[in-house]
Amino acid sequence: MQQDNRLGIVVSGSLSKGVEVRLDNSTSVEDMVVGRYVTIEGQKQRFFGMISDVSLGVTDPNLSLKPPDTNDSFLTEVLVGSGTYGQLQVMPYLTIGGNVASIIEGPQPVKTIPSHFATVNLAQQSDIELVFGKEDKERFWIGNPLDMETKLCLSLPEFVKRSNGVFGKSGTGKTFLTRMLLIGMLQKGACVNLVFDMHSEYGWAGTSEKGRTVKALKQLFPAKVAVFTLDEDNSRRRGVSTDFVVRMGYDEIEPEDISLLRQTLNLTDQAVEAVYQVKRRFGKDWLRCTTELEDSEETREVLNQLNIHDSTFQNLQRGLNTIRRLPFIQERSPNKVVQQVLEYLVRGTNVVLEFGRYTDITAYILVANLLTRRIYSHYRERVEQAMADGTAYPTPLVITIEEAHKFLNPEVAKQTIFGTIAREMRKYNTTLLVIDQRPSGIDDEVMSQLGTKITCLLDNERDRDSVLAGIPGKGELKSVLAKLATKQQALIFGHAVPMPVAFQPREYGSAESYKHFTDFEDSDEQSEKDIEELWD
Amino acid sequence: MVTQKEKRIGEVIATATATFTTQCYQLYELPPLGSLVKTRNEKLELFAVVANATTTGLEPGRKAIARGKDEESEEAIYKSNPQLEKLLKSEFETLVIGHRIDGKINHFLPPVPARIHSFVYVCPVEEVKEFSQSPGFINILLNTNPTLPQNELIITCLHQMSFAHEDSHQFLVTAGKHLARLLGDYNQLKSILERIEH
Repeated sequence: MQQDNRLGIVVSGSLSKGVEVRLDNSTSVEDMVVGRYVTIEGQKQRFFGMISDVSLGVTDPNLSLKPPDTNDSFLTEVLVGSGTYGQLQVMPYLTIGGNVASIIEGPQPVKTIPSHFATVNLAQQSDIELVFGKEDKERFWIGNPLDMETKLCLSLPEFVKRSNGVFGKSGTGKTFLTRMLLIGMLQKGACVNLVFDMHSEYGWAGTSEKGRTVKALKQLFPAKVAVFTLDEDNSRRRGVSTDFVVRMGYDEIEPEDISLLRQTLNLTDQAVEAVYQVKRRFGKDWLRCTTELEDSEETREVLNQLNIHDSTFQNLQRGLNTIRRLPFIQERSPNKVVQQVLEYLVRGTNVVLEFGRYTDITAYILVANLLTRRIYSHYRERVEQAMADGTAYPTPLVITIEEAHKFLNPEVAKQTIFGTIAREMRKYNTTLLVIDQRPSGIDDEVMSQLGTKITCLLDNERDRDSVLAGIPGKGELKSVLAKLATKQQALIFGHAVPMPVAFQPREYGSAESYKHFTDFEDSDEQSEKDIEELWD
Repeated sequence: MVTQKEKRIGEVIATATATFTTQCYQLYELPPLGSLVKTRNEKLELFAVVANATTTGLEPGRKAIARGKDEESEEAIYKSNPQLEKLLKSEFETLVIGHRIDGKINHFLPPVPARIHSFVYVCPVEEVKEFSQSPGFINILLNTNPTLPQNELIITCLHQMSFAHEDSHQFLVTAGKHLARLLGDYNQLKSILERIEH
């Protein structure tokens, strides 16, 4: 068995750059794929690594300068493997020692490299299971390592402990991947989710690239998901059974929300400053009062008192009017949306907020920031209370945001609640799942705090650099990332996985896949019930 | 000891550790250049490859003269002059490339050289095949200093040996790969391999 998977032997290398593997004559270089997973049998321990580069070598430079006549098959046949050879660059990531103690400890990060001439084999199902674990109560099957049938599993309780990111350029499958991760979190009950669903793809149904409709969270887990909507008409037209229609009052908007919208509303710095002043002056009803101020002597006096320049005020008024025009913003809100969301979350029901037609970024940023800030502070209070009382912490909360660079770009990351959550992370059991196509637009500090990153293909060099910043073996991973297929392939690395691995996300959209998503849960609950019955 | 297939062709008349010279019993009955022959020294069997062949007069100072002016064919010259068979001798030089001791074939020089007057045999096909099963003998062939150009000798030797193998192509590929590793000089390798298969 081992012999069949043998690829070659280690001939040189270093810990920082990875080891060089010379391929056996019987192994075709064309069968080797960047991103594949290999094991190296060292003298004292086994190493797990990933192929990061494939190259061709010659023993004599003359061979490349004066190549043999390709008609002479005999000469080429002789030269293959003797004068010419295939070479792999393998980055070792994990080791497992030979003694019992280290087997119990499990795979550890590498601190050394295998010795010369150590045999390199293709990783087997058992190796992958050893590293990533089997599908069980906590581990969710997310896909298969490239060119392998083995299931790649992700420990979700571990995953939700930190903020995470899903990246990839448009059309590479970010949404499918995210939907699957959300299903995983629901299936394993690892946390409770709040999804700001800009394009209404996660709540009820989404569409695939081929135009096929696929089921989303509410259809698969009706009891566990509540769909909130900002646009009731749109949801009704799409046949979505919504749980709550979101309306917001003017008084719910605070100056911090406006400062985040500086770019989208085209406000000047002075205008943003002025918001705080008018809030002080007019109190809770500041938004209505400010927009309704008319061009009169009285107004000028007020502005003079507040030391606000006339043009700044006009700039501010224009911006605030844009907000007032949003249909879901009302003078007085009939319901307290924050309270509603919290009630659902506390009950353990996941909330998906659909934006319907309001896919305008102003609406998205405003609503997401407004809700998140209040929910976060509430969560914070609950955690602090739990700390003081010594009671159980609330279920971890994961907030999913799209177009994350709008919230987390270097200019606003320090002011928004999302920047705070990303930095303070797990202390208050609240983390983010950021989805973005331009990771280079996200603040470096926030990027460095993301625990696990899953990235589909990224074309832009700066985006690739930003996603892989600070990762050991960055150069090697970069070549893996650049070679991912445009669809249905992704690279995962960071906190929740013991080593980076390129994988193909599991199939989503067929009846069978839905069955597996929901069946797993049923069987789990069923077995728990069975056990309980045994004790009765 | 002697099997039916072994054909005795002559006797050792000069010997050293790495080479020996054989005089044929019959004039012109020389084994092909590059073919494998063997001789024995008690329990030891020495294998050698034919590296050069000569036919000269018995007496070093006596030169052959042209005799066929009135004869119709070359054979007729020898028929009319039967003494020629006795005055001329065919000899061949061989390079020792391995030995068998206690039934095991080694691809390195034997502990003792062949003895004068040891019988020399042409190796039967099975033995050639057995000897060339692994290409180690090429190392020793590369380290010798033959009278003929070394490349030519390697070509003829491998060519001869390939006849003993059912899959002669595979034999040549294996030997070629071994040669490639030893030589390290692509140009030399190319000049050998380009001619070997055709």
